[in-house]
Amino acid sequence: MHEMALSESVLQSIERSARADGFARVLSVHLEIGALAGVDAEAMRFSFDAVSRGTLAEDARLEISRVPGEAWCLPCGHTVQIANRFDPCPECGSHQLQVTGGQDMLLKSLEVA
Amino acid sequence: MCTVCGCGEGEVSMESHTHGEHAHAHSHEHAHEHDHSHGHEGLHDYGQGPAHAHAPGLSQARMVEIEENILGKNNEYAGANRRWLREHGVLALNLVSSPGSGKTTLLTRTISDLAADADLPVAVIEGDQQTANDAERIRATGATALQINTGKGCHLDGHMVGHAIETLAPEDDSLLFVENVGNLVCPAAFDLGENHKVVILSVTEGEDKPLKYPDMFAAADLMLINKIDLLPYLDFDLDACIENARKVNPGIRVLSVSATTGEGMGAWYEWIRAARQFARVGS
Repeated sequence: MHEMALSESVLQSIERSARADGFARVLSVHLEIGALAGVDAEAMRFSFDAVSRGTLAEDARLEISRVPGEAWCLPCGHTVQIANRFDPCPECGSHQLQVTGGQDMLLKSLEVA
Repeated sequence: MCTVCGCGEGEVSMESHTHGEHAHAHSHEHAHEHDHSHGHEGLHDYGQGPAHAHAPGLSQARMVEIEENILGKNNEYAGANRRWLREHGVLALNLVSSPGSGKTTLLTRTISDLAADADLPVAVIEGDQQTANDAERIRATGATALQINTGKGCHLDGHMVGHAIETLAPEDDSLLFVENVGNLVCPAAFDLGENHKVVILSVTEGEDKPLKYPDMFAAADLMLINKIDLLPYLDFDLDACIENARKVNPGIRVLSVSATTGEGMGAWYEWIRAARQFARVGS
């Protein structure tokens, strides 16, 4: 349940941004979660709802977009999409994949008032 | 509230190794603020908001671009730890596993066996939600140890470990073990600045654990399969376990050990010495 810690982190970024930009209320929060980031979107909604109560982001809409996992296959040289870390290369079946994308969670933007 | 950690600052406590029982909730005053530029151009142009409204009373909603990695702050702390460790020639190993895999037993045996090597002082950072039991077990071996209690937190983060390193002050060219909270999920995401994550899996667990918890096995450089003295009594497929780990992480190295009988532990010590040499050479 490290989503709780991540939600705290999101809230801190929002509060820093609010001090810098002078907004008082957040209407929506746009997060981008990689398929291989180890972050569960539903757990994220649950914990963000909990940590944002009584803050400037209370009742903010959480918009979550997903980024597919991307890997480079050493044997066949293709860049391929994978859903899990243990997936084989869809082109050649090898497990020798180097993950190149979809491992991060980003706070993309805020809609504020 | 700690920067990346979800636990309240009153919940995380770190014992001081000179004051035994005296755990304190440390304050988090330093360096939590920094001047970020989030690209504010146009932010005060109220006409640019989705409502395109200038009249007071109408919606003034607008978009603020952030583009920030949620783990960015933790990674900064981890980066600072990594720099410190490199400058002091300290090899830091982050031991991760489920609860009950035998991490602490493995660690106490390792410390006792390495004690003969006067050239390799050892310090330990112990992470658990509650109690200082594990740090006490480590201290009984003669090594320096510091307990971090994460309270409700499910992992150690770069910030907690930075403070622990400050307090412990490991000797130059020493070996620092960080025994993470027993959890195969959350600690995978939090870089501590360590040289390597070492994942420990005991044969009393399932051989499909690398597939069930792929992030941790992907993040680790070495897998120790522990309790192999119990293999005759169990239906555990060692080869399948290794094959599963390599599906997730083709480059992972694997050692089979028993911290109880000592079987295979020599190879583990060889690995530690080799890793230490790498840690001291170059930058």
